Amino acid sequence: MGYAYKYGDNVDTDVIIPARYLNTSEPSELAKHCMEDIDAQFAGKVIEGDFIVADKNFGCGSSREHAPIAIKASGVKCVIAASFARIFFRNCINIGLPIMECQEAAEKISAGDDIDVDFATGVIKNNTKGETYQSEPLPEFLRNLIAQEGLINYTKSKLAGR
Amino acid sequence: MGMTMTQKILADHAGLDSVKAGQFIEAKLDAVLANDITGPVAIKNLPEMGADKVFDKDRVFLVPDHFTPNKDIKAAEQCKVVREFARSQELTNYFEVGRVGIEHALLPEQGLVVAGDVVIGADSHTCTYGALGAFSTGMGSTDIAAGMARGYSWFKVPSAIKFVLKGKPQEWVSGKDIILHIIGMIGVEGARYKSMEFTGDGLQHLGMDSRLTMANMAIEAGAKNGIFEVDDITLEYLRGRAKHEPRIFKADDDAEYDETYVIDLSQIKSTVAFPHLPENTKTIDEVGDIKIDQVVIGSCTNGNISDMEVAASILKDRKVAQDVRCIIFPGTQNVYMECIKRGWAEIFIEAGAVLSTPTCGPCLGGHMGILAAGEKAVATTNRNFVGRMGHVESEIYLASPAVAAASAVAGKVAGPKEL
Repeated sequence: MGYAYKYGDNVDTDVIIPARYLNTSEPSELAKHCMEDIDAQFAGKVIEGDFIVADKNFGCGSSREHAPIAIKASGVKCVIAASFARIFFRNCINIGLPIMECQEAAEKISAGDDIDVDFATGVIKNNTKGETYQSEPLPEFLRNLIAQEGLINYTKSKLAGR
Repeated sequence: MGMTMTQKILADHAGLDSVKAGQFIEAKLDAVLANDITGPVAIKNLPEMGADKVFDKDRVFLVPDHFTPNKDIKAAEQCKVVREFARSQELTNYFEVGRVGIEHALLPEQGLVVAGDVVIGADSHTCTYGALGAFSTGMGSTDIAAGMARGYSWFKVPSAIKFVLKGKPQEWVSGKDIILHIIGMIGVEGARYKSMEFTGDGLQHLGMDSRLTMANMAIEAGAKNGIFEVDDITLEYLRGRAKHEPRIFKADDDAEYDETYVIDLSQIKSTVAFPHLPENTKTIDEVGDIKIDQVVIGSCTNGNISDMEVAASILKDRKVAQDVRCIIFPGTQNVYMECIKRGWAEIFIEAGAVLSTPTCGPCLGGHMGILAAGEKAVATTNRNFVGRMGHVESEIYLASPAVAAASAVAGKVAGPKEL
């Protein structure tokens, strides 16, 4: 269970982690400035297990992996959005930041709602409103990649078998 | 069913006769790119992947361009990680300050990417090389590390939107105006996960620099890649500079597209994207009276020779307005040298502009031209997001080099015809 931080369309990677902080890739340093240019209070308030909920095209812009790293290091359990920009989507899978694509959740969850998710079923529970929403399942290829403990381990096994 | 240009290149590199949209494939890479911000994260991943060597020392490009010349101690440490890795791996294509350029201006100029290549880069504007008829796309550092380790990457084969370009652009209208017009039309997620394929007889009026600008900004429509049909202009550009043999992939006649747009280039006016999204476009006659504090001309989007040439033609015998700071940064050392040889450097300095070394610097709010609260800038860069070039209360107006140079003189957002 966690608190929902709610944002709109096209939350870009420049507001998730401004480039002025990209002179380091240390997760704890990046977390201090997470969401700073869209919500200056976020980094000081967010606690382990909270959620970011946003509308369409979350994570658009730069390829900086520092963006999902900052979100993950800030303790966010999962990002729920109506849709994700493609590079950000890949980066989340690769660094193990859970994401769920769900138009209905993006529309119905309000800031401050108490949210719970079941990664096995893809169900998002809104405890405040007493509603549940079904997220889009990941493609089989990506589920396999995650089952093999991600791209780093996948690459390791491929290299070992060479 | 036929394939698009992108699908043909991906099928070829996956060793498959055909692929279709939505299919997951693993494709062989011709090159893998990282910079001083994304490189260190990828380099840290390699030992975890059990990789002590990159797949090919000639095909891993490290271009420290973002915070160079080193902007502070932390940036210097990051560049050092990249430099030491390049030395230990004996990389052929590491570019030190003094030889470095902005990655997406440098690699095409040096002939390191050519038609038919598959290139991934840890920078979202890696899609620039589609101008040459290559498939190229941006990814994050972990994907890039895997690419560096194995020379392969996985892809979801994209569907495509086709843009048939017709007619000849008006005077002062260039690739920047065309791509801003298109993003204004389809929106910042209008091509999300898709290819943008550019074709049509209007291509004959678009030089390589305009094409590079357009492919560069495909990501600003959310696209996976932007790609141009290879023609004589492409082949002429590649002649003498291609470091390996170009390969031409043409879309099949029965290729399937999600949408097709026919665009009459002769109808496009100088276009400006207002804060804070590249889709917030207005034509120059609609902008109104917007006083500005800074102009930035350059970047991976507009740092090539013809971009400098246009800026020089407007700034010649004119002065940058009293209240405006004009910063010009060529894309590469060669472009910088051309500015000197052709007398443009003198024009810029006489006009009262700064001529900077190639760097990504101000474009992403790194250094060399950061904006204070309330300041407004006209920039030939690619993003006008909140806080992109400095303070969250600053504003960026994206435009062509012609509009940017004219605005520098006018002291407000203006087109060259207004001077």
